[in-house]
Amino acid sequence: MSKHVLERLQARFADQVEETHSNQGDDTAYVKRDKLVELLTFLRDDAELAFNLPVDLTVVDWYQKREPRFEVVYHLYSTTKKHRVRLKVRVDEDDARVPSSFPVWPGFDWFEREAWDLYGVRFEGHPNHTRIMMWEGFEGHPLRKDYPINKRQPLTTLLGEQK
Amino acid sequence: MSEILIETEGGDLDSAPMNLQMGPSHPAMHGTIKMRVKLDGEIVQKTQVEVGYLHRGFEKSCESVTWSQVMPYTDRLNYVSPLCNNVGYCMAVEKLIGVRATERCEYIRIIMAESSRICDHLTCVGASAMELGGFTAFLYAIEAREELWRLTETVTGARLTHSYCRIGGLKDDLPVDFLPNYRVVEKKARSLVADIRALLDRNRIFLDRMKDVGSMTAERALQWGFTGPVLRSTGSDYDVRKASPYMLYDRFDFEVPVGTKGDNYDRYLVRMEEIEQSFRIIDQCLKQMKPGPVNLEDGRLLLPPKDEVYGSIEGTIAHFKIIMDGIQVPPGEVYSYSEAGNGELGFYLVSTGEGRPYKCRVRPPCWSLMQGLHELLEGYQIADIVPTFGSVNMIGGECDR
Repeated sequence: MSKHVLERLQARFADQVEETHSNQGDDTAYVKRDKLVELLTFLRDDAELAFNLPVDLTVVDWYQKREPRFEVVYHLYSTTKKHRVRLKVRVDEDDARVPSSFPVWPGFDWFEREAWDLYGVRFEGHPNHTRIMMWEGFEGHPLRKDYPINKRQPLTTLLGEQK
Repeated sequence: MSEILIETEGGDLDSAPMNLQMGPSHPAMHGTIKMRVKLDGEIVQKTQVEVGYLHRGFEKSCESVTWSQVMPYTDRLNYVSPLCNNVGYCMAVEKLIGVRATERCEYIRIIMAESSRICDHLTCVGASAMELGGFTAFLYAIEAREELWRLTETVTGARLTHSYCRIGGLKDDLPVDFLPNYRVVEKKARSLVADIRALLDRNRIFLDRMKDVGSMTAERALQWGFTGPVLRSTGSDYDVRKASPYMLYDRFDFEVPVGTKGDNYDRYLVRMEEIEQSFRIIDQCLKQMKPGPVNLEDGRLLLPPKDEVYGSIEGTIAHFKIIMDGIQVPPGEVYSYSEAGNGELGFYLVSTGEGRPYKCRVRPPCWSLMQGLHELLEGYQIADIVPTFGSVNMIGGECDR
């Protein structure tokens, strides 16, 4: 679609962009997390890029398939320039944290809380870093690949069970 | 003898802010939302919206079934317009595989998605009118929706959870008498929509409750990630069908209605106008579409015809492989987006080349709408929570997944 976005991003943040590809027509850039907030602010404020719509934020868990284990995935769209971009940040399991993008776009507020809740990736600087789908006191992060699908955590004691 | 009942410092009645817990079991909270509201008299000072009561692990369930078995789960995301979700999911998988459905199939998908959109908007408008006491408008809206659902039932075989699309095609072509049936339903539905507009458009009570209530600027709405009718009511014209036409949307002549203030009344008008535009799109579809195959001739994606399954060993094996192993989707990742009833519905799929999705993420439009909802409520009266929340059209199945 628009290679332009990736080229411009690479020119400005040469040391931050690890690799890029445009498979299936989706422009993708792997970036480092050090200057993530600065990079996102650039994407938002640059007159030629003008990404003004935070579309989606999620995490992919590559448990025992790839290292590092997690990829935080951002999707952005510009309603004025009509282009899209996908950003990916790789993080380790032992150090699963990225800076929060809440100051750049409030629209990632709940997406970050959801990613923390279901995948256990911390978003540093988020103003309300709490679970959103699960209840407080839930153990583990259910969308991680090592969380068994049939595991139950009932809030009450079931019949015939002893607490 | 008079006595002082309440003593306060200034001699006034105490006016400390009051905290109110609204929902999740509240008739106007659609069953699945809880709001903590801080009130100063009748004015809402601060709101905190809590979701998650309808979370049932959509993504986790998708990871354990084959690509085709995800279809019934997508029905249950936005259960008011399930066909939009069906179409969105199929488009995503087809994009990942690198195939495109046949022309007739895409026409039928558009017809069904647009009629779903009409149902979605009718539900929203009807329900918010009912919550303001306009029960007649609600009954008219539901009757029109029912007519459309009955027609959809003749096509898909189900009234609510259709599972009509297949990867690479559809369950079936349209029935032979679809066109005359549609004309009857269209006439009825259009006249009911006109009745609703006559009841509400210039209704004093409706206007007083809806106008200048719950407004937002386009810039702020974009920052929150709003899409769909709520964003368009603020004046931004972002509609996926126009901005990046998918399927055959570039062949149709239709308009994207926008509002000016982004208040409840603008949202109502945008939805009513979109119903009209959807009827126009369906009309053009019916004029343009030609007979032809609805399914791709691709044995890797679609089940063989039943007589082959029972009549030949190859057919049996092909059927068995697709049911047991699932469709083999090449490794990769894809983000596919379409315009659903409430805004941009995105599917982010990751495949490792197996018969099951490695990740099946859905980007629900309601999720963004809910996280910014408090800004639509704060500063208005407590009684305005109900119409504002109603006009946003939160669908729990899609929001909480």
